[in-house]
Amino acid sequence: MPKWITQVGCPYCGSSCDDIECLVSDDGKKILETRNACVIGNEIFHHVSSPDRPKRPRMRQPDGSMKEVTYDEAVDYTAKALIKAKKPLIYGFGSTNCEGMSAVARVAERAGAVLDNCASICHGPSFLAIFDNGYPSCTLGEVKNRADVVLFWGCNPMHAHPRHTSRYSIFPRGFFTTKGQMQRTIISIDPRETDTAKLADYHFMLNQGHDYELFDAFRTVLRGHDIPAEVAGCKREMILEAAEKMKNARFVMIFFGMGCTHTDGRNHNVDIAISLTRDLNTHTKASIMAMRGHYNIAGPGQVWSWQFGFPYCIDLSKGTRAHMNPGETSSVDLAMRDEVDCFVNVGTDAGAHWPIAAIKHVKKHPVITVDPNICMASEIADLHVPVRVVGVEEPGVVYRMDNVPIQFKKVIDGPEGVPSDEEFFDKVYTRMCELTQTEPIWVHVKEHAKASSSLEH
Amino acid sequence: MAEKIILNMITQRAVEEGQAMEKGKTTPEYFAACSVCEMNPEDMKRLGIWRNTNVRVTSEAGSVIVKAIEPTQYCPPGLAHIRQGVWANQVVPPRTQSTGVPQYSGFPVTIEPAINEKIKSALELVQGAVGIWKGGN
Repeated sequence: MPKWITQVGCPYCGSSCDDIECLVSDDGKKILETRNACVIGNEIFHHVSSPDRPKRPRMRQPDGSMKEVTYDEAVDYTAKALIKAKKPLIYGFGSTNCEGMSAVARVAERAGAVLDNCASICHGPSFLAIFDNGYPSCTLGEVKNRADVVLFWGCNPMHAHPRHTSRYSIFPRGFFTTKGQMQRTIISIDPRETDTAKLADYHFMLNQGHDYELFDAFRTVLRGHDIPAEVAGCKREMILEAAEKMKNARFVMIFFGMGCTHTDGRNHNVDIAISLTRDLNTHTKASIMAMRGHYNIAGPGQVWSWQFGFPYCIDLSKGTRAHMNPGETSSVDLAMRDEVDCFVNVGTDAGAHWPIAAIKHVKKHPVITVDPNICMASEIADLHVPVRVVGVEEPGVVYRMDNVPIQFKKVIDGPEGVPSDEEFFDKVYTRMCELTQTEPIWVHVKEHAKASSSLEH
Repeated sequence: MAEKIILNMITQRAVEEGQAMEKGKTTPEYFAACSVCEMNPEDMKRLGIWRNTNVRVTSEAGSVIVKAIEPTQYCPPGLAHIRQGVWANQVVPPRTQSTGVPQYSGFPVTIEPAINEKIKSALELVQGAVGIWKGGN
């Protein structure tokens, strides 16, 4: 009999839904059906059993074709490429577990690499703003139970985080929000009338790229000053009305996305949003949250902050200390200045999602892609290493957009012989130590930790 | 009727794009979901392009052929939208304002009709750019 597995985590967006149910075949190898997942999540659970999925590493040959090699050969190639490079770049991590991120960080330290994650092309500017201005935030449960005015600033959850509005932000009936949507005022700020804007009570269809002025207008009004008849293409009356709504709210929640971080001003759009949140707290309670993209893109920020003290753009090439300065040490900037001489793509697809000019630069040097699927990064790589899919074939800790850790499950067995990210990079680390005849310190630490945790049981 | 117009380009998400990406970047679904440029019908009229015909989009960073479609979510005149992915990133300027983040949204592009031009596949665009495209699909 096929069996339903409940409380499964979905490895797609930053909502990190953990209420998915999967119907697993008799032999425990295939997912037949899913419940609760959105169309995107559903696609992931079905895609893992696709016959097209690569199950062995592939190395590019002199004639340009790809040939299957063993995992041992892949480990050896990766270790040697990292040792040989003067300044390798290891990038990605939106889609793997914290255990994998930690293993790669040990390799990066060993290699004197630059370690970076997808935040550097996504919510990196939010980090920069947080460094400047703080992060008055909360968890998503607080939004569900308390928020009665919700702003979506430059984000479109109906398309990017499809179940966000039904799980946390608009529709759910919470402890102090028993009337659900009826009790909430929704404000959308977006130059397009998105499907999220269609759900809103107020839609500010502002001129694209003028978010800073509109934030400024809201702050000016909240501080009791006058504003021009029109700001960023939005009418004064509407700004006054929405500001009044926010002042009289019991709990204002501001969600923001790429409409702030990808446009002119980058981090400054976010730091003024944080200032607005702080201003609102003189009138009522207000909170702000970045709509983080991947299900565990908050993970590297957490893991590497514990390991190195920095969330992203971490330059470990000095050997004894870490250095961080996005603009100098971010992946795209390094690539554009041609400052890296080996590129490792883990759990992401730089090939599809970087500007093509940056990809042309990294391709001058060895490119290694570690990813379960065929993607653009795997198709331009010199070596593609398939790994297990976290949340489906590999359990682990992931951090939701509000930095709440969730234990994701293993639902089915991965393909025979295919390692997890953690297993693959632990082998690379060990091989690097063998080749350089150095002590594999982290392996001892890990073995010791394992031994002591088994003693406790 | 102008031959070219300048629009302000943004590149964003769409649920169709997310679903297609998880199906696979080399699938026909991904091609259909991402090789499109949404623009206001008034702008199409100004340029004399028909719905669902190909256009050439050119920015300071490059050029790409995509299909012009009416917006699935209202897009005001003057603004154009390509869903994030391989086609969008052919024209996204890599300048980062020293933050690490390229100019993914809010860059000027010129758009012109290119009815007889072929839309390239994701693989042809990316492998072609790095000089390892061998032809075929």
